[in-house]
Amino acid sequence: MPDSLLFGTEVVLNGLMAGVLYALVALGFVLIYKASGIFNYAQGVMALFAAMTLYGIMVGQVPFAHLINAIFGTHIHHFGWEVPAIIAIVLTIAVMVLFAWLVQQYIFRHLVGQEPIILFMATIGLAYFLEGVADLMWGSEIKALDVGLPQGGSFWIEENTQWMGMGNENFYGFFLDQLDLIATVIAAVLVIALVAFSQYTKQGRAMRAVADDHQAALSVGINLNFIWVLVWSVAGFVALVAGIVWGSKSGVQFSLSLIALKALPVLMLGGFTSIPGAIVGGLIIGVGEKLFEFAIGPLVGGATENWFAYVLALLFLVFRPQGLFGDKIIERV
Amino acid sequence: MLDAANTNDVGVETLLEVNNIEVIYNHVILVLKGVSLNVPKGGITALLGGNGAGKTTTLKAISNLLHSERGEVTKGSVKYRGTDVHDLDPADLVRKGVIQVMEGRHCFEHLTVEENLLTGYYTRTSGKAEMQRDLELVYNYFPRLKERRKSLAGYTSGGEQQMVAIGRALMANPETILLDEPSMGLAPQLVEEIFGIVKDLNEKEGVSFLLAEQNTNVALRFAHYGYILESGRVVMDGPAADLRENPDVKEFYLGMSEEGRKSFRDVRSYRRRKRWLS
Repeated sequence: MPDSLLFGTEVVLNGLMAGVLYALVALGFVLIYKASGIFNYAQGVMALFAAMTLYGIMVGQVPFAHLINAIFGTHIHHFGWEVPAIIAIVLTIAVMVLFAWLVQQYIFRHLVGQEPIILFMATIGLAYFLEGVADLMWGSEIKALDVGLPQGGSFWIEENTQWMGMGNENFYGFFLDQLDLIATVIAAVLVIALVAFSQYTKQGRAMRAVADDHQAALSVGINLNFIWVLVWSVAGFVALVAGIVWGSKSGVQFSLSLIALKALPVLMLGGFTSIPGAIVGGLIIGVGEKLFEFAIGPLVGGATENWFAYVLALLFLVFRPQGLFGDKIIERV
Repeated sequence: MLDAANTNDVGVETLLEVNNIEVIYNHVILVLKGVSLNVPKGGITALLGGNGAGKTTTLKAISNLLHSERGEVTKGSVKYRGTDVHDLDPADLVRKGVIQVMEGRHCFEHLTVEENLLTGYYTRTSGKAEMQRDLELVYNYFPRLKERRKSLAGYTSGGEQQMVAIGRALMANPETILLDEPSMGLAPQLVEEIFGIVKDLNEKEGVSFLLAEQNTNVALRFAHYGYILESGRVVMDGPAADLRENPDVKEFYLGMSEEGRKSFRDVRSYRRRKRWLS
C-alpha cells in the first residue's frame, strides 16, 4: 500500500480518538440541556474542577493551602498520605454530587421559569466561581494526574497491523495511543449506560419528561428538584471522566476549561438534545479536522485545526439548525 | 342556594373542600376573590364560566401547581379528606389521590404515547405487574391509544393527546381527577367521546371529577353538580339539572332566550342591571 494511504488511515484513526474526547465533554452539555433547558457554560470548568479535586485527594494536598499559608505564615502543603486512585475517584464522585445539590439548591431552584438567557448567565457566573475556587483550593500549577491509565503507543496494535503495509518498507504498523483507546472504551460504555438509563428506567423517563414539559411533569407528581440534582450529578460524573482522560493526557491545567469551546461545534453538529448526536458529532469533528489538516492544511499554510470545527458548525447552523440528531422541532399545523 | 358551603348531597362523603380561597399572582393580581366549593365522592362536579373567570386558577390552587406560576393562596383553605393541603407539593397530592389534567393537554411531546402513560405511574411503588395491568386498563378505555402506543405524543391528534393526558392521570390510580377544559380545540364529536369516557370512568372506576369547562352545554349534561364562576367569584351553584333549566344560565351560558337572540351590547347592559350576587 502507498505511504499516503496508510498515513491517511492513521490520521483518521487518530481523529476518531480525538473525537471521542470532544464527545465526552459534549455529553455533559447535552445531559443538562435536555433535562433543564440550561446551556451549561460551566461544563468545561466542572471537568477541570473534578480533575483537580481528584488530584488533590490522591496526593493528599491540603485544600486552600496557599491561602492558609499566606494568612497564617505557615508552610503546610500535604497531609503526608496518598489515597489510592479508586478511592479518590469515589470521593470525587461524592464531591460532584454534593456540588450538584448545591447548584440546584442555591442557584437554579430560584431561577425556575426564568428566561434561558438568564439561566445561561447564571452558568457563566458559576463557571468563573468554580474556576476561582479550584484555583484557591489546589493552586494553579499544572498537575500530572496518574490514575493508572496506560500511556504511550500501543505496541500490540503496531505489531498486529504491520501486515497491512503489504510489503511497504516504511510501514511499521499503526500508531495509536493506549490512553486514547481506553478513552474510547470508556466513552462507549458511558454512552450505552446513559442511553439505557434514559430510555429504560423510571428516573430516566422522568428526566425526559421534565425536559419536555416542566408543568406537566410537576402535575403527574415528578419531583423536579430531585430530577435536576440527578441530572447535574450525572453531568458532574461525565465531567469527571472527561477530566480524568484529558488530565492523564495533558496534565490538569486551567486550559482544560477551554475544551468546552471545542464542544460547541460538536453540539451544533450533533444537536443539543441527542446523546448519540454528541458522540457522532465529536467523531465527525475529530476526524474532519485531522483529515482537513492532512489534506488541505499544507495548501493554506496549516493550523486549520483551530478553525475547521467552527466553520463546519457554522455551515450546519445555516442548513440544519437542529443538528444531525437533534429533536425534530415538532410543530402541528 | 348561593351558599356554596352547603354540601351538595346530604349523606355523601365530601372529598375536597375549598373554603373561601383567595389567589394572588405576582403579589398584586387578585384572581380569585373567595371561591368555595365541595367535591363529593363519586360525583362529577363542573366548574363553569367564561375566559378569565378563574376556573384554571381554582384547579391549580387545589393541586398546588400555582407556585410554579408565581401564584399564591392568600386566604381560605383547601382540604382533602379533612386535611389541609396547603403545604403539600403536587407530588404529595398525587400520592394522596388528587391529580390534575392540565388545560391544553401538556403531553410530553418527545415521549411515545406509552411512555407518556408510564410517567403517570411515577409516584407509585406497586411493581411492574400492576403497572402492566393499569396500562391495559387505560388501553381498554382508550383503544385508540393502544394502536398509537409507539408514536411520539407530539405527532398525535388533539383528541388523542387529550386521551393521553387523561390516561396518564389514570395511571396514578387517582381518587379525584381535576380535569381542566377537556373540550378545548376539539371537534364536537370528539368532545362527546371524551365526556362519555369521563362518565364511564366515573361510574365504573369510581373516580371523582372536578371539571373546569367553558362548554356549559356539554358539561351540564354529564355533570351532577355545577358551580358558575364569574370574575373570581362563585355566582351560582346547584345540581346540574337545575342549572340547565335556570333562565339566567340559559341566557348567558347556553345561548337560549325566550326573546330570541340578543345583541352583545344589550346583554352587557342587562347584566349590569341584574347582578346575581347583590
